[in-house]
Amino acid sequence: MMPADAAAPRLALRGISKRYGSVLANDRIDIDVAGGEIHALLGENGAGKSTLMKIVYGVTRPDAGRIEWQGEIVDIRSPAQARRLGIGMVFQHFALFETLTVAENIALALDERMPAPKLAARIEEVSRRYGLPIDPAQLLHGMSVGERQRVEIVRCLLQRPKLLIMDEPTSVLTPQAVRVLFQTLRQLASEGLSILYISHKLDEIRELCDVATILRNGRVSGTAIPRNESNASLARLMVGSELKECVLLAREPGEIRLALTDFTLRSTDPFGTSLSEINLGVRGGEIVGIAGVSGNGQKELVAAISGEALSANSAAVRLCGVDAGRASPVRRRRLGLRFVPEERLGRGAVEEMNLADNSVLTGADCGLVRHGLVQTRAARAFARTTIDRFAVKCAGELALAESLSGGNLQKFIVGREIGLQPKVMLVAQPTWGVDVGAALLIRQALIDLRDAGIAVLVISEELEELFSICDRIAVIACGRLSAAMPRSQWTVESVGLAMTGVFDAAAAPGATRHAAL
Amino acid sequence: MSAGTGTAIVVSAVAAATPLVYASLGELVAERAGVLNLGVEGMMLVGAIGGFAVGLSTGNLWLAYLAAAAAGALVSLLFAVLTLSLQTNQVATGLALTLFGVGLSAFVGRSFVGLPIARVPQLHIPLLTDLPLIGPLLFHYDLPEYLSIVLCAAIAWMLGRTRLGLRIRAVGESPETAHELGQPVMRIRYLAVLFGGAMSGIAGAYLSTALTPMWVEGMSAGRGWIALALVVFGTWKPWRALGGAYLFGAVTVLQLYAQSLGIRIPSEFLSMLPYAVTIVVLVVICRDPKTILMNRPAALGRSFHCAS
Amino acid sequence: MRPSSGAAPPPRHWSWPLRLERRAEPSAIMRIASSPLAAVLMLLTGLITLSVLGKDPMAAFNVFFIEPFNSIYGIGELLLKATPLMLCALGLALGYRANVWNIGAEGQLTIGAIAGSGVGLFCGGALGAWALPAMLLAGIIGGMAWAAIPALLRTRFNTSEIFVSLMLVYIAQLFLSYLVHGPWRDPAGQNFPQSQALADNAMMPALFDGARVTGGLLMALGLAALSWWFGSATAAGFRMRVSGMAPGAATYAGFSARGNIWLAMMIGGGAAGLAGLLEVAGPIGMLQPVISPGYGFTAIIVAFVGRLHPVGIVLGSLLMSALYLGGESAQIELQLPSSVSGVFQAALLFFLLAAELFIHFRLCRSRR
Repeated sequence: MMPADAAAPRLALRGISKRYGSVLANDRIDIDVAGGEIHALLGENGAGKSTLMKIVYGVTRPDAGRIEWQGEIVDIRSPAQARRLGIGMVFQHFALFETLTVAENIALALDERMPAPKLAARIEEVSRRYGLPIDPAQLLHGMSVGERQRVEIVRCLLQRPKLLIMDEPTSVLTPQAVRVLFQTLRQLASEGLSILYISHKLDEIRELCDVATILRNGRVSGTAIPRNESNASLARLMVGSELKECVLLAREPGEIRLALTDFTLRSTDPFGTSLSEINLGVRGGEIVGIAGVSGNGQKELVAAISGEALSANSAAVRLCGVDAGRASPVRRRRLGLRFVPEERLGRGAVEEMNLADNSVLTGADCGLVRHGLVQTRAARAFARTTIDRFAVKCAGELALAESLSGGNLQKFIVGREIGLQPKVMLVAQPTWGVDVGAALLIRQALIDLRDAGIAVLVISEELEELFSICDRIAVIACGRLSAAMPRSQWTVESVGLAMTGVFDAAAAPGATRHAAL
Repeated sequence: MSAGTGTAIVVSAVAAATPLVYASLGELVAERAGVLNLGVEGMMLVGAIGGFAVGLSTGNLWLAYLAAAAAGALVSLLFAVLTLSLQTNQVATGLALTLFGVGLSAFVGRSFVGLPIARVPQLHIPLLTDLPLIGPLLFHYDLPEYLSIVLCAAIAWMLGRTRLGLRIRAVGESPETAHELGQPVMRIRYLAVLFGGAMSGIAGAYLSTALTPMWVEGMSAGRGWIALALVVFGTWKPWRALGGAYLFGAVTVLQLYAQSLGIRIPSEFLSMLPYAVTIVVLVVICRDPKTILMNRPAALGRSFHCAS
Repeated sequence: MRPSSGAAPPPRHWSWPLRLERRAEPSAIMRIASSPLAAVLMLLTGLITLSVLGKDPMAAFNVFFIEPFNSIYGIGELLLKATPLMLCALGLALGYRANVWNIGAEGQLTIGAIAGSGVGLFCGGALGAWALPAMLLAGIIGGMAWAAIPALLRTRFNTSEIFVSLMLVYIAQLFLSYLVHGPWRDPAGQNFPQSQALADNAMMPALFDGARVTGGLLMALGLAALSWWFGSATAAGFRMRVSGMAPGAATYAGFSARGNIWLAMMIGGGAAGLAGLLEVAGPIGMLQPVISPGYGFTAIIVAFVGRLHPVGIVLGSLLMSALYLGGESAQIELQLPSSVSGVFQAALLFFLLAAELFIHFRLCRSRR
């Protein structure tokens, strides 16, 4: 690693502030990034990292403050200008087009016209040099998440940037792929490229980054050398207090409430994943977690359990002892299944409806609809109770769903489903995009459900979350599910291996089935 | 059926197809950029009366077609401002545009009803037109008909091989992503919509100056809607839309030649054919959701071509 | 030292002085005010256009909006024309709120008229006093049957109901033309393309003396009340609203998309079919090639102008009916073509769509 330049830092932010309506997303932020330095921007969801990066990349303008690039004050008005200055960005949600080839995708981001053969040659040169193998002629839509990220990175590198911003790059990678990425990043830094690495994953930051700036509630709460810190001390800077550990008391699980037996489903979506021979059993009084990188069949599994996708064999899915493979979502709800979907707005709740009406969405069979008529008073009372029990910050039960913040809406949806007396609770991505306080409350609510004897199934891409609340964990990869083993029997390495499809080869096939159930 | 009748059928079918070609190609470009403009019928009629009026008053057909294109583009500009800048619902605005075009063209054209105009002349290409047999079949067409095929080739090349085409396809798939990458999404969509409007205008002009050289209120009789269906039928690919247009041209002229072909069905039922065939064709294409999923521009209006 | 590329002053580029900024919450005021605002804008534009065309705006206003309505007969005509608009628009609006885009009300209206008057023409004598109720029922069923085609094709074959219902309009109109030129033509009608006149027991009685408006108006108002109750109080109405606002949430909740589509198309088709029959068994009295000046299409505008709400639709029907009548009177008094009302109606829709924008956005100064 090159020693930090004694002269002006490559990028300096001074007093950057940005307000969105009533929320102050960035509050007088100062950051210095030196040449060849890997600089972490650490903070929880909602701390202001994305906004700050949008400002640096020219997507938004700050309300106050200035940006200094290599010692000169600059006014970055557009991503094109940012690129001209030498700032590249690898987005968290890739800015790629499915129906175009790799070369076409890259061509769109380049400001200069390059004839196709020359472009292909340049792509191959860069990808070889930094260990990012991609094929310029390949169409995007068949490619895996890891490959797509490589395309994003190569796209940035082709413009010879001096600063590379990476927004939560490892959220979609297996642990092995993360290692490879880190190697690439270290090589780039050694050649003088500055990297601004945005993340909330403490272990990775401590492993990779030279310097860390921690954001909390829109302000810089501190800077640190990650190598010299512990997870706990970084977390304290991020959250302001000790991260509360979830307490899981040992509990004897009850009878099997949700069982999938040899469940197979061909995906109707050409870009989807087919499920094959899934075996899973969830008992009352336990939390089972399903880990996996996105795109490996989680959506299809959720649809299979919730009833949005029906199976050919009605015994393939059993709810509380009843064959439910061909039951509709409404019927499964009557059997005791409640479900919190991955998307809040547009799926878990209707944006333009108020919270009382949103209660009727899934609460029809719990007295909120009688004789075909909507029971408005009961719905309002239900919504009010949910708001109080789960500390949902809103303007009352008549507030529109779209007026709630992500964390509060998620609390409402989780609270609504819990309030509808589940026997089996399915939750997909329970704390995605949710602030720390709400995340803790939601996780605790799931644990409380478990303690009350409900069977809980959590599907999440956050390994840390699963390790903190689950009794047993299974891994889904390429549409197949591993055995669900007790948490203590997993390590990060074995999970990583399972994510690539290598389930525990030591266990005999028969034993696997027992372990799953 | 004699060779002469056969040739006559083909020639009329091509003529009937030509407005569909222009309108569907124009709409195809707009839809590839992600904009669903249901107002094709209205734009066609505006172009029809514009082309007729200018053609009649100046006697210059080039000016007539220019005026028709301008009229169509102007009306589509209204649509563009509403849906792109003011973010109105594309379906509702397109319908409003149709009704507006129908009414406006009727209003402007009230003094032109029944007036005669000279038909667009057929081109006489030295040597080729005089060839026996294939001469009358392949080389007996007017300039707009020949140009429609050139247009199809140009659009196919543009979409597949040029940077502009790449940008259009990107904007049609995901305008948000394109914007993040710094592409001028608004400008591209505006241009695409205006192009579609101009083409619909030219299609209308062909109706009133060549196909049936006169002005009648509502003379497009649903051709604008058929052109929209052709875009879906051709799965948003220019050459397929062209093929579909010729198919429809043939179906449309069938009723004129029914008697000489020995078909004894009341004329109203024969007139129903193009509309019924449109329905059948759409059902065939939309049956398999995969066909549409793989070909429809992902950001097109609202997902309405087929339920998904 | 080479100056950094950012050192030069940023190039000046022009941007709009005003910007559209999304509101934190949709404006309730604009929700209600957008339609009247659009109506006023349309009026102003209309009057300005007319004066540009050389007509006196005050005289035009008089001809359009005052003269036709200063008699019992005139009011009756207003209500008479509003009836089919109201019926069709109420049926369509329920569908639009559920994202079911029935564009073929004109065709469903036509088939309803054919079915109903067919019963009246050929069984009217035998049915006696039951003729009219039977015709009303036949009209509704006819409209529903025609709307069943797009419903079926959408639910079974994923085909857009917009295209199918629209193509069926042309087919229905051609079918009507075939009937009145051919098998159903009145033999004693001197070769005019029209059917026999309907007998008295097959005609809707007038509501009050001196006007042509019939009990159909009451049916339309009844449907308005019914659809208000349906949309706000019933679970089925709730399901349709959710399907329209958030199809993903409807799937999540397990609402049947097919059920919604069928319900929406049947209501729309039945209402339009009834409207068609009421026209034939009312002011027209027989089947002829043109039985509607585009009510089915104007009803689409009425549905939007009424913001898809029953009260708004009732008011919107009256406004559109006034535009129709005004157009007819303008044709006589001011020598304007009848198509001018079509232009105004479409312009009203444009203004409304633009005004709706301000429910979700506001204008503010651009920051430099």
